[in-house]
Amino acid sequence: MDFQYFLELFFGGLTRGSIYALIALGYTLVYGIIELINFAHGEVYMIGAFTALIVAGLLGFTGFPAAGILVVAALAAVIWCAAYGYTLEKVAYKPLRGAPRLSPLISAIGMSIFLQNYVLLSQTSDFVPFPRLLPEFDFLEYIGYIMGPSDFLILVTSTCTMVALTCFIRYTKMGKAMRATAQNRKMAMLLGIDADRIISLTFIVGSALAAIGGVLIASHMGQVNFNIGFLAGMKAFTAAVLGGIGSLPGAMLGGMVLGLCESFTTGYISGNYEDVLAFGILIVILIFRPDGILGKAKVQKV
Amino acid sequence: MKKGTALLASLALAALVAGNALAAEPIKIGVPGAHSGDLASYGLPSLNAAKIVAAEYNAKGGIMGRQIEIVAMDDQCKPELASNVATKLLSDKVVAVMGHICSGATKASLPIYNEAKIVSVSPSATTPGLTKSGENPYFFRTIANDDDQATLTANFALNSLKVKRVAYIHDNGEYGKGFVENNRLQLEKAGVKTVFSEAINPDAVDFSAVVRKLRREKPDAVFFGGYQPTASKLVQQMKRDRVKDIAVIGPDGLKDEAFIKMAGADAEGVYTSYPSDTSNLPAYTKAVEAHVKTFGTQPGSFFPNAFAATQALLNAIDKAQSTDSAKIAAALRKEVVETPVGSISFGAKGDAAGVGLSIYQIRNGKYVETDYKMTLK
Repeated sequence: MDFQYFLELFFGGLTRGSIYALIALGYTLVYGIIELINFAHGEVYMIGAFTALIVAGLLGFTGFPAAGILVVAALAAVIWCAAYGYTLEKVAYKPLRGAPRLSPLISAIGMSIFLQNYVLLSQTSDFVPFPRLLPEFDFLEYIGYIMGPSDFLILVTSTCTMVALTCFIRYTKMGKAMRATAQNRKMAMLLGIDADRIISLTFIVGSALAAIGGVLIASHMGQVNFNIGFLAGMKAFTAAVLGGIGSLPGAMLGGMVLGLCESFTTGYISGNYEDVLAFGILIVILIFRPDGILGKAKVQKV
Repeated sequence: MKKGTALLASLALAALVAGNALAAEPIKIGVPGAHSGDLASYGLPSLNAAKIVAAEYNAKGGIMGRQIEIVAMDDQCKPELASNVATKLLSDKVVAVMGHICSGATKASLPIYNEAKIVSVSPSATTPGLTKSGENPYFFRTIANDDDQATLTANFALNSLKVKRVAYIHDNGEYGKGFVENNRLQLEKAGVKTVFSEAINPDAVDFSAVVRKLRREKPDAVFFGGYQPTASKLVQQMKRDRVKDIAVIGPDGLKDEAFIKMAGADAEGVYTSYPSDTSNLPAYTKAVEAHVKTFGTQPGSFFPNAFAATQALLNAIDKAQSTDSAKIAAALRKEVVETPVGSISFGAKGDAAGVGLSIYQIRNGKYVETDYKMTLK
């Protein structure tokens, strides 16, 4: 019984952690390339959830099967958010590339506030119900107590996404170019890599990941609101720092560690201390490893 | 010729309007509340109620020959906005205030009204301290406070559901935590075991851990203190994680159509406390009819309470024949008013006597009033 409870909390934490990890990857990718904390990233996650809601709402009239709607809505969210990421970089960060490091940071905070208010004004300030599109897997019934279908879907999807991303960075030409730009932008440019294109690509990939996270959580929780990106973004940022900002495996590990800590804190101690302990652990880890868990262990940054 | 008559008529009308305006400044009533944001569904019905009652008085020629003017202001139920709104209302020279809607916002605004000696009547702020502390001599409310709510829900859980073990979850807000703590004190005194009592962050990505804890501990009931967006996420997660046979009991914040819309079938069976259904009272029928006639829709949350608050306030100004706050407050304490929530009067501390409170349950997607109720003295 107690081991089962442990498993329940463990998988609950993994689910939550994999969402943090998906968003954290966006922070870490961008930081790896241009050393900027993209504070508007949480808002991209929120816009992903909203896009999926709108597309799913439209498709709802066509009588598509629910799972099909979810896939199409998620694809639409990914494409739309990728476009947002691309534009965001061109509008808010590229003009400030030569500026002191604080300027793009302020610009990022500005974009975050802008996007939140833009969604607030153009959509609604209310919580909006998100249609239930997740299929009920019958074969999951016997582990239903440990994790529900949406937990399962979130875990599988985010794991696949992270594996795909790792392969992309490691084995494709573009991934190689990204790694090169992260290590030394000037040198990469001398060798004929178009750094601007690589930076745009980084924003596109990061935003697409956030969109996937947004769609997953929106269908898991059943509601969206213009404000959901803030806390999720903060936690994901924490996860990225925890794992070592700039490091891809670090972001994934950081997300999982944070998710598990929160889940176990609530499960074994009290929900009152969920955030306290999560951030407490962050501080402790940063005292002993200022570069995060995997920050310096690997030289590879992207 | 025809043109000339029209011109003359309009000139005469303009003169009339101008003459009136010169003769008597309108009596301004501030109506602050959540008119936008997550909680607008709590605030907008009250604004409608104030407009209807004011229009009724104005149709009869106003009070002391002066028209009633409603000054609406949006505080989004946020304390930091509420104090700004209160200051703005004062600079607009309002005579009295019908609001605020949420407890936190009300608490933030009261020091400002106290300082200026302005009467405020809230239709929905339920934090006990607002009246019980005795610090707010110019504050009144037409809703039962959380102590009363908690007395009702705790007794209901004890006598009707016969609970032995109970869990408490709240959103760490003034309103939610107050409700939950109050229930806990009363139930623990009656020998009910507390399984756990803890806070959740309404913005968290999910509530899986606390729900799994709930499933493991299997209490007879869980008290939730907070507002409907959080509650709907919680009950959805409970359903998804196959939590069964645990009664969910909440405060009046959960009695809102938006809750059913958001949580759908997962909201089924949830108990909430809310003012008793007074729809058989003539005053109630009249108020709702007026709403349908003016706005074309059925009224929303706290409408009857806001209607009663505006009625009591304007009646007090009328009876006092004065816009002096001390005289208005004295009249509020003296007069008994027939309102959509019953015949109410105000006690020394500002709580309304005569208001009824019932347990409601969501059955088949609707709030159904159960037989469990009490009337405040």
